[in-house]
Amino acid sequence: MEAASVSSPARPRGAGAWEFISKYGLIALLLALPTVYGVIDLVNDGNLARLGNNLVAGLSNGAIWALIALGYTLVYGIIELINFAHGEVFMIGSFVAFGLYGTLGLTESTGAGGLALGLFVALLISMLAASSLNVMIERVAYRPLRGAPKLAPLITAVGVSFILQNVGILWRGGSQRGIPDLIQAQRQLFEIAGVAVSRADALAILVTIPLVFLLTNFVTRSRLGKAMRATAQDPEAARLMGINVDTTISLTFLLGGLLAGAAGIIYALYQTQVWFFQGFTAGLIAFTAAVMGGIGNLRGAVLGGVIIGIIQQIADNRIGVQWTPAVIFAYLVIIMIFRPQGLIGEETREAG
Amino acid sequence: MSTLGGLRQKRWASWLPAVVALVAVFLFPLFFDPLDSQTSDATTALAYVVFALGLNIVVGFAGLLDLGYVAFYAFGALTAGWLASDHFTGAGGDSGIDFGVSSFAASLPGIHLNFLLIVIGAIVVCAIAGAIIGLPTLRLRGDYIAIVTLAFGEIIGRVAQNGDEIKIGDYAFSNGRESISPIDQLNFPFVGEFDSATNVRPYFWAVFALLLVVLFVNLRLRDSRLGRAWVALREDEVAAVSMGVPLVKTKLMAYAIGAAFGGISGAFLGVFLNSVNANQFQFGFSIFILAMVILGGLGSIWGVVIGAVALSFVNSYLIPDVLDQGFVGDFVKDIGLDFSFQQVSFGVFGFILVLMMVLRPEGLLPERRRKIELTEGVGTGEDLYEARA
Repeated sequence: MEAASVSSPARPRGAGAWEFISKYGLIALLLALPTVYGVIDLVNDGNLARLGNNLVAGLSNGAIWALIALGYTLVYGIIELINFAHGEVFMIGSFVAFGLYGTLGLTESTGAGGLALGLFVALLISMLAASSLNVMIERVAYRPLRGAPKLAPLITAVGVSFILQNVGILWRGGSQRGIPDLIQAQRQLFEIAGVAVSRADALAILVTIPLVFLLTNFVTRSRLGKAMRATAQDPEAARLMGINVDTTISLTFLLGGLLAGAAGIIYALYQTQVWFFQGFTAGLIAFTAAVMGGIGNLRGAVLGGVIIGIIQQIADNRIGVQWTPAVIFAYLVIIMIFRPQGLIGEETREAG
Repeated sequence: MSTLGGLRQKRWASWLPAVVALVAVFLFPLFFDPLDSQTSDATTALAYVVFALGLNIVVGFAGLLDLGYVAFYAFGALTAGWLASDHFTGAGGDSGIDFGVSSFAASLPGIHLNFLLIVIGAIVVCAIAGAIIGLPTLRLRGDYIAIVTLAFGEIIGRVAQNGDEIKIGDYAFSNGRESISPIDQLNFPFVGEFDSATNVRPYFWAVFALLLVVLFVNLRLRDSRLGRAWVALREDEVAAVSMGVPLVKTKLMAYAIGAAFGGISGAFLGVFLNSVNANQFQFGFSIFILAMVILGGLGSIWGVVIGAVALSFVNSYLIPDVLDQGFVGDFVKDIGLDFSFQQVSFGVFGFILVLMMVLRPEGLLPERRRKIELTEGVGTGEDLYEARA
């Protein structure tokens, strides 16, 4: 893998205007849905409670997408591969979490203290399971293809994704499966001006924030994080500086897997159902989030996740659940056309 | 063998296996009953070969990874649904609009056109759709192209599945989760209408004829100026463009022609299956076809044909009839596992993708040039996709 940062030639006239339109046009497009429905709400109900509820639910959903999106962004940042199997790693994380309910004896009647402890243990184990899986995938399926044309690992990633989906089918069957609602996810915690915040919303946001904080600190402050950033910038030079590139790449998959596992258990608690196909949809949504924020950029992934979460909630609630994927993919295509480097448009090596 | 005649003889010798194989395929249905399921499986298989040849143009020749190929199955089949059923009831009055169909089909409401017109319609619709989908990918690199095409494939699948909510005038885009059915029997000019209720063989020969046309076009394209331009772009975009290969036109032609072949096959399958079921338009189908191309060998026409036949065989015979029924299925039950291989057939295709990419990326029957690229690293690495026009 060579560094490929082609120094951009003298910018043609009008490039500044194009930049302006592509950036602010995208922001305008993202604000379009909330604004339109906000106005409709104001006209019809006289208040913004419905939109507020959409935003809260969007924020907590977005937290889950952000965790998955971070995995995409980390991996893409370092080996320029869209890890198609990442969504399936998240799905396996959910399945492991559900399996642990039984192992740890967590039921809907478990007391608060036991539940908190049990869920914390389940969180750790799901994160470990998902990260080991992710590291294993890298070792078996991607590492042999390092140096091959980029088409090859991409196709492999799609293949791995399908294999894992079918592992999911064998494990828990082919249909959606309801699981115990341990935390009474939809119970309202508090309400401000008609905007209800449920336990699930609080859980998703409260678990996500420290994880994201830890991750960004790890990547920006620690020695290993420095090695990761060096490898992302230029693998060849990093190797010459004595960084073990293979280990660093494994570490990246490990971190991505940890976050996917956390997202998996939050999703299981939040949605109280799991199925083998959840990873495919979630993977594409999270990838959209990663690209929207600017792939390779950690803050961007979180921002993108939250934005996509809100768009998804509004689409679910106003346009119809069956159209939500189409709406999100339409956003994906539009971003790809007009601003492939994303909202936080740093000139990274990867930006198209 | 240095004389011209000698060379010509040698060239014919290399064609001989292909000719023998084609004759054998032509005679294939005569070994079975007119309604035998082997014949209809083989008919579907040949339709898949046409799909795979179309995808091979985009992925194999031009090196653009298209993960949304199912879109053209959808458009081709929907074209057949629109032009050969009572979907547009009321169009053209009680007896509908008809051209070149049997008197029975002509008496039905809706639009009923001759199959040849449907194929032409599907080619036009899909070529336009292919170019439109290709347009936004022109400035993108390999993996982004994959994602954009995947997104388009999913959008089109969703639109087809919820098409009953999209109304243009009085008519819906599709029947949503319900199929558009029944679709007219296949009707070629001068041949007359087929009847799949009594004899499937004509359908086999019809798709075989379509396949021969597609195969011929493919072979000619490969050696044409356009085909060489595709390979040049695949190997090194910057070099190709500076040698005067028109980037936009060449890439869009790859998308459009690949899509058109998908449309032909989609229209045929719509007619052959007698219904257009939007639930089939899933990402898995794109992967199924991609696995055929990868298995056979990216860019290798005969390889892709073999890969497609092999995977169709796995899909329609090996998995349901051998693995699930035979000793493998018994063994699985004996060790206490409760599953059928049909449930996980896409896992099998995924496994094939991984296995091929890791062990033999050039495919079963590799194309020479592609093999060099994939194994020895000529034109490999990032510069393959990094280039910007």
